[in-house]
Amino acid sequence: MKALLICEQREGKILDTSYELVAFADRLGAEKVLVLVGKEAPKVDAKVYLADVDKFGEYNPDLHKQVVLEAIHKENPDYVVFVHSSYGWDLAPRVAAALKVGQVSEVVNIVDGKFELTLCNAKLRRTVAPKGARAVLTVQAGAFNAVEASGSAQVEAIDVAGSSKLQFVGYEPAEKKDVDLGRAEIIVSAGRGVGKKENVAIIAELAKAFGGELGASRPVVDAGWVAHSHQVGTTGQTVSPKLYVACGISGAIQHLAGMKKSDFIVAINKDKDAPISEAADVMVVADVLQLAPVLMEKLRAA
Amino acid sequence: MKVLVCIKQVPDMESRFKVNGSGDWYDEADLAYRMNEYDEYAVEQAVQLKEQLGDAPDVTVLSIGPDRVGDALKKALAMGCDRAVHVQDPDSCRKDPWQIADIIASFAKGKDFDVIFTGMQSQDRGSAQVGVTVAERLGHNCTTTLVGFGFADGVITAKRELEGGLKSVVKLPLPALVTCQLGLNVPRYPTLPNIMKAKKKEFVTVPAAELLSEESAVATEKLYPPVKSGSAVVLEGDLAQIADRLLGILKEKTTVVK
Repeated sequence: MKALLICEQREGKILDTSYELVAFADRLGAEKVLVLVGKEAPKVDAKVYLADVDKFGEYNPDLHKQVVLEAIHKENPDYVVFVHSSYGWDLAPRVAAALKVGQVSEVVNIVDGKFELTLCNAKLRRTVAPKGARAVLTVQAGAFNAVEASGSAQVEAIDVAGSSKLQFVGYEPAEKKDVDLGRAEIIVSAGRGVGKKENVAIIAELAKAFGGELGASRPVVDAGWVAHSHQVGTTGQTVSPKLYVACGISGAIQHLAGMKKSDFIVAINKDKDAPISEAADVMVVADVLQLAPVLMEKLRAA
Repeated sequence: MKVLVCIKQVPDMESRFKVNGSGDWYDEADLAYRMNEYDEYAVEQAVQLKEQLGDAPDVTVLSIGPDRVGDALKKALAMGCDRAVHVQDPDSCRKDPWQIADIIASFAKGKDFDVIFTGMQSQDRGSAQVGVTVAERLGHNCTTTLVGFGFADGVITAKRELEGGLKSVVKLPLPALVTCQLGLNVPRYPTLPNIMKAKKKEFVTVPAAELLSEESAVATEKLYPPVKSGSAVVLEGDLAQIADRLLGILKEKTTVVK
C-alpha cells in the first residue's frame, strides 16, 4: 500500500501538519512518498517530489493540481492524502474530480482499516470506506500526532506545464493581538452556551478570578461577542495552557483540535454528553452562569 | 448575469442525535431543520451582488432533499433570490458528496451560470467537497472559504480565511464558483412583505433521478455515538459542592490553582 502525502508550506516554512500526514501514513502502514510545492523538502526518510514555489505560486490550485496529478502518475499510489486545511479542502476535491475517485474528508481515526469521521459537530461518528482502488483523503489537523522532523529526503524535482486564471494577490496578516493566548497558563473560554454577548463579561470575570485569559469558540467570535484574537481552534489559535476551562462549549472538532493539548481540561456544560466531555478531565454538569459567581467567590476567598 | 446558489437544509446542531434503525444515518424524527449556516452567507452574498448590479442578475437557488427542504428554499426566496429549484430526493442523505455534486453539475450544465455560490461545507456532514467538485465538473474557476467578496469588471476579488487568523486575497474571472465561510457578511432576516412576495416567485421541482448519473464513490460502514473515554470526573448537583470539589481537584492536579 502506498500513500502520496501532499505537504504544505507557507512563506517558506513547512507546516507541522505535514509531519502529521507522515504519522497518518505510518498508522495506515503505508509506504510514503511526499509532495511539496515549496523551497526545501521536509525532513523525512522518504522520497519527496519538490515543485518550485516561485513557478507554481503559494496558492494556485489549478497548477498545484497538475503537480499532484503528475506525482500520482509517477507513483501510482493507493491513497492521496491532504491535511483538512484551507489548502487541503481547496485542492483535494480538484484532484479527486480529475481522477474520478471518491474523497473521504476529515479523517480523525483509523478503525479496522476503515476511516472514522465525525458527524453533526462530533455528536456522532461513522466509519466509511472508499469503493474504488484509489481514494483521496483529508486528515483532521491534530488528529494524528506529528512525527519529529528528522531524516534526509530523497528529493526529486517535479515540473509540469499549465496555466491558471486565478491570481494570488497576497496575504493579509491576522488582526493585531490584544492578548497572547499562546503564553497564557490558564485560559477560560466562552462558547455559544453562554447565551448572549452580555454574559461573556461573566466568563471574562471568571478568567480574571482564575488569573487567566479569556478565550472563545468560533460562534462567539462570529457573533461579534469577542474579538478574533481570543479565538481558540483551527482558525484561531492553537493553545496548550496548564489549565483550560471550557464554558458552554459543546466541542466542535475544530475547537478540540485547538485546545486538546492543554495539560488539564475542565468543561462546564449543561449537557453531560456534549462532545467536549471526551477531551475533558473534569466534566461539570451545570449552567456556567449560575456556577461562575459561586466559583469566583471561593477563588477570591482562597 | 446568471447566479446560482446551492443550499442544504440541516438539523439544528444543538439537537441530540441518535443513530437510525438501519444504522447508516442519524434518526430524523424529532429534529428541527434549518438552512445550513454557511449557505445563509452564500444566499446573502448572491443577493448583495444582485443589489450591487442594480437588480440585473437572475438568482436561482437550488436544494436537494425531501419535501421539507422547501422551507429552506422559501427562506432563500424571501431573502431575495428570484427562483427556486427543488431537486426532489427523499434519499439524499444516502448520496455521497460525489453524487450530490453530480446532481448540481447536471442541473447547471448548459445554463451558463456566471457565478455560483455555495457554503464551504454542511454543518452535519462537513465534507467541504461539493462546491469545488461542481466547479471542476463545470470548468469554472473556483476558490474557497470566503470571508470577503468583491466584484468589478468581470473579476471576483475573494478574501480567503486561512489558519490562525491569516487571510489571503485571490482574483478570479467569471465564470466562477466560490464557497462561503462564516463571517463573510451579515445574512438578512426575511421581512414579512418579502415573505409574502416570495410566495409568488417561481418554484420548480425536479426529481433527482433525472439529474443523477454517477454511482456513489464512498460507502458508509457504520454510525455510532462517540466512544466515551470514561476518564472524565463528572461533577453534578449542588453548585457550592461542585465548586468546592472542582477547586480541590484543581489544587491537587494542577500547579496553577492554589
